[in-house]
Amino acid sequence: MAYPYRHPAETLVISEHFGNPEARTLKGWEALGGYKPMRTALGLDRAEVVNIVKASGLRGRGGAGFPTGMKWSFMPKKEAGKPHFLVCNADESEPGTFKDRELMRWTPHALIEGCVVGAYAINAEHAYIYVRGEFFEPAQVMARAIEEAYAAGYLGKNIMGSGVDIDITLHIGAGAYICGEETGLLNSLEGRRGEPRVKPPYPAIAGAFRYPTAVNNVESLIAAAHIVHHGADWYKQWGTEKSVGTKLFCVSGHVKRPGNYEVPLGFNFREFIYEVCGGTPSGKPIKAVIPGGSSVPILTADELDIGMDYESMAAAGTMLGCGSVIVMDSGTNVVKQVRRMVDFYAHESCGQCTPCREGTAWASKILKRVERGRGTPDDLDTLLDISDKMSGKTICVLSDAAAAPIVSSIQKFRDDYLALMDAGQLAGAGGR
Amino acid sequence: MAEPTPTPETVSVTVDGMTLDVPKGTRLLDACAQAGVDVPHYCYHPGMSAPAQCRMCLVEVEKSPKLIPACVGSVTDGMVVHTQSENALKAREGVLEFYLVNHPLDCPVCDQSGECKLQDYVSAEGPAMGRSREPKRVLGRDDFGGDVLFYADRCVMCTRCVRFMREVAQDERLTVVQRGSRAVIDTFYDEGLTGNIWADNIVDICPVGALVSKDFLHKARAWDLDRVPSVCPNCSMGCNIRLETRDDQVMRLKPRPNPEVNAHWMCDFGRLNYNWMNRVDRIEAPLVRDASGRHVPMSWADTLTRLAEALRGAGGGGGARAVVSPFESNEGMGALRRVMEAVGGGDGVFRCEQGEEVVLPGFPDLALRRDRAANVVGAELFGFGRTGRPDGKGGLESVGAHTGVLLVLGDELGDAPADFGANASLFVYVGQHLAPAARNAHFVLPATTFAEMEGTFTNIQRRVQRFWPAVRAPGMARPAWQILGVLLAGISEAGAPGTAADAFGTLGAVCPEFGQLAWADLGANGAVLPGVRELQEMGD
Repeated sequence: MAYPYRHPAETLVISEHFGNPEARTLKGWEALGGYKPMRTALGLDRAEVVNIVKASGLRGRGGAGFPTGMKWSFMPKKEAGKPHFLVCNADESEPGTFKDRELMRWTPHALIEGCVVGAYAINAEHAYIYVRGEFFEPAQVMARAIEEAYAAGYLGKNIMGSGVDIDITLHIGAGAYICGEETGLLNSLEGRRGEPRVKPPYPAIAGAFRYPTAVNNVESLIAAAHIVHHGADWYKQWGTEKSVGTKLFCVSGHVKRPGNYEVPLGFNFREFIYEVCGGTPSGKPIKAVIPGGSSVPILTADELDIGMDYESMAAAGTMLGCGSVIVMDSGTNVVKQVRRMVDFYAHESCGQCTPCREGTAWASKILKRVERGRGTPDDLDTLLDISDKMSGKTICVLSDAAAAPIVSSIQKFRDDYLALMDAGQLAGAGGR
Repeated sequence: MAEPTPTPETVSVTVDGMTLDVPKGTRLLDACAQAGVDVPHYCYHPGMSAPAQCRMCLVEVEKSPKLIPACVGSVTDGMVVHTQSENALKAREGVLEFYLVNHPLDCPVCDQSGECKLQDYVSAEGPAMGRSREPKRVLGRDDFGGDVLFYADRCVMCTRCVRFMREVAQDERLTVVQRGSRAVIDTFYDEGLTGNIWADNIVDICPVGALVSKDFLHKARAWDLDRVPSVCPNCSMGCNIRLETRDDQVMRLKPRPNPEVNAHWMCDFGRLNYNWMNRVDRIEAPLVRDASGRHVPMSWADTLTRLAEALRGAGGGGGARAVVSPFESNEGMGALRRVMEAVGGGDGVFRCEQGEEVVLPGFPDLALRRDRAANVVGAELFGFGRTGRPDGKGGLESVGAHTGVLLVLGDELGDAPADFGANASLFVYVGQHLAPAARNAHFVLPATTFAEMEGTFTNIQRRVQRFWPAVRAPGMARPAWQILGVLLAGISEAGAPGTAADAFGTLGAVCPEFGQLAWADLGANGAVLPGVRELQEMGD
C-alpha cells in the first residue's frame, strides 16, 4: 500500500516510511534501521542528550513552537521520592491536523523511541502517550507496537542492558479538544475534568500527579530521536536560522492532492500549495488559506509568497501552528467556514473561564444569525469587540484561538459578511 | 519572658497610587483590599482554593504583558497595580457583559436580589446596555436535596459550591457536568445533598441566586432584613452568626466569619433551628400568685419588692436549689448563682439535649457539638451540674421536691411532673414560656431570649462571645441578668447592673476565670477564658 501522494520536492526524514506496512512491525522497523537512535541516546549522558536537542534548535511541533531542548532543560534536578514524567501529547485535535495520526499509524516504533529518548533525557522512568479518543486505529497500532517493544526488551527494566528503566503507558482520551492543551491533558490523564490549569506552576515543576513533567508533541519526540542519533548539525542542514529542520504539513480543503507532506521549514508557501499540492481541483482561484490549523489568522491569496517557517508566518500576522494548511477556493462561503470553526470552539470550550465559555457561544450565535442573512454591520463591531475581550484574558488560549479566525475574517473578508447581510435584506430577513 | 516574635518580612506594593507595606506572600486581591479597593471576584473565596476561572478580578500590573487575576499570585516587592486602568475596566466590563448573555434578568423574583454580586458588579462596572440579541440558554431548576434549590440559569459557574463540597465538606456530591456554555452544576446521586449537614453553606457562598435556601425561599427581600451579629445558640460550638430579621421575626441565620471558631461556615442544624425564637406563646408580664392560687400580673417594681422581701425571709430555710437552661447567658447564670448564695447557697443543675457530633472535615475545629445548647460550658463554670437524660428531659425529681427556695431560670419544665416545686417554701420561675409545672411558682418573671438581649455565651473552647439584641422583647420581658441583678440589689448591698457590661463585670465574684476577662476585650469575635493553670500562675 503506497502512501497516497508523495512529491519530489519533499525532504523525507520522519515520514520516510509512510505507506510501508513493514515499518509498523518491530521486525520491519529493525530492518529499516530502527532502534538505533534509541541505542545511541542511551549510550550518552542525559545532559548530553538535552544539549544535542537544544543545539539543534528543534522547536515543539504541537503548535506553540517552544524549543524542545529548552523545555527539557527546565526540568528540576531529580530528588528521591519525586518521580519525573514524560507525557507525549498525541491528542491531535486541531481542526485540519492529521500528522501525528499518520506518524503513529505508520511508524509507531519511532514514537516509542522518541518517548524513550525524551524520558531518558529528563530522567523519567515513566512515559505516558495520551492518544486522542477518536484515534481508534492509531491507538491499536501503538498498543501492538508497545507490546512488541516490551517483549523485545526495548521497554521496561534495564532497556537493552543499559541499566535504564523506562515504562510506557498508552492512555486513550475521551475525545475533547481541550485535552490537547497540556495542562488540560494532565488533568484528564489524572482522571479529572479536562480543564487547563492556572500557570504557574508550569508542568516542569508540577505536572502529571503534581510531579515534574515534560509534555511533548509526537512529531517533536520523533524528530528529537533522529537529532540525537545524527547530531544537531545534521538537522540544521534544513530550514532557516531560527526555524530548523523539516516539518510535516497536513493539507486539506480545495487542493488536488491533500495529505501530509514533509518539507524543510522556510519552504515557499505558494509553491507548496500550487506545486506540491497541485492547486485547486476546480481550477478556481484560491480565496483564503489557513496556514496552521483553525486557531490561526486566515491568509488571503495575495499573502502566500512567504516562507513556511515560524518567523515568516508571524511577520505575515499569522502562525505556523501545527502546520495544518486548509485551502479554500473562490467558491467558499468564508462566513460559513468561520461560523463552523467558532461552533467548534464553543462546543469544545471547557467552560471554566467566563470570556471563553460565554464568548464562544455568543459569537457562534451571532455568526449563525449573520449566516442566515439576519445580521447587521453592528454585529461585526460586536464580534470584533467580543474577540478582543476573549483574547489574552483566560487561563488557556482556546479563547484566543476562537477569536483569531473571527478577527482575521472580518478584517480580510468584510465584504463577504456584508454581502450576506444585503442578500438577507433583499429576502426580507435582515434588519440592516 | 516570651520570645520576641520575628517581624514578618514585608514588601512594598502600590495599588492605584497608594503605596503600602504588606507581608510577603500576601494575595494580590488582599493587598488591594488593604488599600481600600474591593476588586470584583466570583470564584475566589477566602475559605477555599482559587481556580482563577471567573476572570472577574483582572487587574493591570505594570511590566506584565497581560492582565493578572488578583486572586492568584502574591504581591512582589515594588509591584505597581492599577485596578481602575482603562484596560482593566474594559476587561471586567467585558466579563460582566459575557455573564449577562445568558443570565436571566429575573431579579424581581430572585431571592438573591439585593445581595447579589452580579447586580453589584454590573451596577458598579458593567456595561449600561447589553448588546446580545440572541435567545438566552434555558436550563431550568433542580432540587439539590437538603435545603438547597438550584436555579441553573442564574449560575455563573464560579464552582464555589463544587469546591466547598470537595475541599471543605470533603463529601463530593456536586460536580460540573457538560462543558462550555452547556456546563451546569449537578449532583451525582438521587439523594443529592440530603444528609450532609454542611450543605447550606453553598447557598451562602453562591454569589448569585443560583443556589437558594428552600427554607428562606420567597420569604423576605434582602433589603428588608435587619442584620445583627450574634452567636448560634443551637450547640456548644458557638458559631458566629448574623440574626437576620424582619418586623421582629427571625428570618434566617447566616454565618459570620470568625477564624478561631467557625471560619466562614455553620451547620444546617444550627442554621435552620430558629423558629423557637419567633414563638409567640410568651410570658409578657411578671406574675405573682395570690392567696387563692391565681397568678396576678403586677408591675416590675412591686413584683421585685415583694420577691426581695420573700427571699430575705427565706434565708436559712433549707438553702436554695436551682435549674438553669443551658441557653441562658453567662450574665444570667452568674446573677442566678449570686442570688442562690445570698439565700444560703445550694446545688444547681442544668439539662441539655445531646446528639451526634459531626465534624466539618475541611475545618475540623468546627463541629456540630454533642451538647445542643450554647452555654453548657458557662453553666458548668458557674457550678451547675448536668442532670437528666441525653434527650434533655428528666432528672428533676430531687429538685422538684425541694422544700427551701427553688429557682428556675429559662428551663421550660415541659416534662416536669405536675407537683414540681409544690413543696418549695418559695418557687421563683424566670423564663419565656409558662409550662404547667411552672404554674406552681409563687413568682413568674418574664425573661428575654438571647435574640432579644445583650450578653455572652461561653463555647466549648471556653471562648466568651457576645451577642446583641436583634428583635424586640415581648411585653415586659427583661434580660435575666437585669431581673436577677435588680433583685440582688434588693436583698443585698450590691448595685443593680444597668448594662450587660456591668453584669459581666460582676461575674468574677462567682467564677474567677471571668475576673480575668474585660468586656472590652471580647470584641466581635470573643476571647478565651484563662485555664486553671494560667489562673494559678497569675496567683503565684
